[in-house]
Amino acid sequence: MNEVKVNDKLCKGCGYCVHYCPKKILELGKVRSSKGHFYPAVTDQEACIACLMCATICPEGAIEVAKGE
Amino acid sequence: MEQLYKRPKCIQPMQSGYCPGCLHSLATRITAEVVEELEQQNNCILVLPVGCSTMGLLYWKIDMVGSAHGRAPAVATGVKRCSKNSLVFTYQGDGDLAAIGLAEILSAANRGENYTVLFANNSIYGMTGGQMAPTTLEGQKSTTTQKGRDPLTTGYPMRMCELIATLDAPKYVARFSLHDPANVRKAKAGIKKAFETQLAGGGFTFVELMINCPTNWGLTPLDSLTYMVENTIPVFPLGVYKDVEV
Repeated sequence: MNEVKVNDKLCKGCGYCVHYCPKKILELGKVRSSKGHFYPAVTDQEACIACLMCATICPEGAIEVAKGE
Repeated sequence: MEQLYKRPKCIQPMQSGYCPGCLHSLATRITAEVVEELEQQNNCILVLPVGCSTMGLLYWKIDMVGSAHGRAPAVATGVKRCSKNSLVFTYQGDGDLAAIGLAEILSAANRGENYTVLFANNSIYGMTGGQMAPTTLEGQKSTTTQKGRDPLTTGYPMRMCELIATLDAPKYVARFSLHDPANVRKAKAGIKKAFETQLAGGGFTFVELMINCPTNWGLTPLDSLTYMVENTIPVFPLGVYKDVEV
């Protein structure tokens, strides 16, 4: 299973990853991070195709992507 | 598990100082990735001028020099001439490079100094609060053109890539945009090509990156990307303007 991890300490909640995710599995959460931003949560980890769209557009580099077996 | 993407190590492990959604931090991040791919972390010197770009002084983990407003190309000239084997590059905004630093950039380009200039163009003065820059679009509102920029009194948007490509000395002049992932990858390849040209001793290389300024445009981050596609990019066409083999 591919894995997308959003680092809430780096995220500023701009929503670019949510907009560009082709599988629409990212969603801005309702909980604020310690910096006061709404950061995205992964709604369906199994649907991730590890295309790196979110990691490529993230201005802060807050998203890490790993490809599973 | 195979790690496909990890944050570059030559930027600090903290949030950048830029506003949410600002593509300045994306430009910094992809430049950091290129520096790491070329394994130049310990061999590069970044010259930063005044503007939002100065926030890089707190964000990068490489050797840096701060310069006076607009004078980064002049400082970089000295740095590169003293340290010929280092990867030297400047990172300048449009108010800095196209307005106050116009003489420095054109002279440096005309001399064909062997370093790279990364030019982040968001068509407004960001740090000082959204005044009109030379690159502001016709009709675009800013704090000094409240009814929109009027060409009769304030002129037309200045296209730096086209201007520099007319000179003989520059070796690589290109304009990229960072508004979607495909263009980000193209921009990264362009920055890499510019750095490789410099490391091969080629000469002056200039990469313009179209970015946004959600705060001073008064738009949400996503709306500012739409604004870029609809208004900014038609005025500043993307592409490679000069590419001389070295």
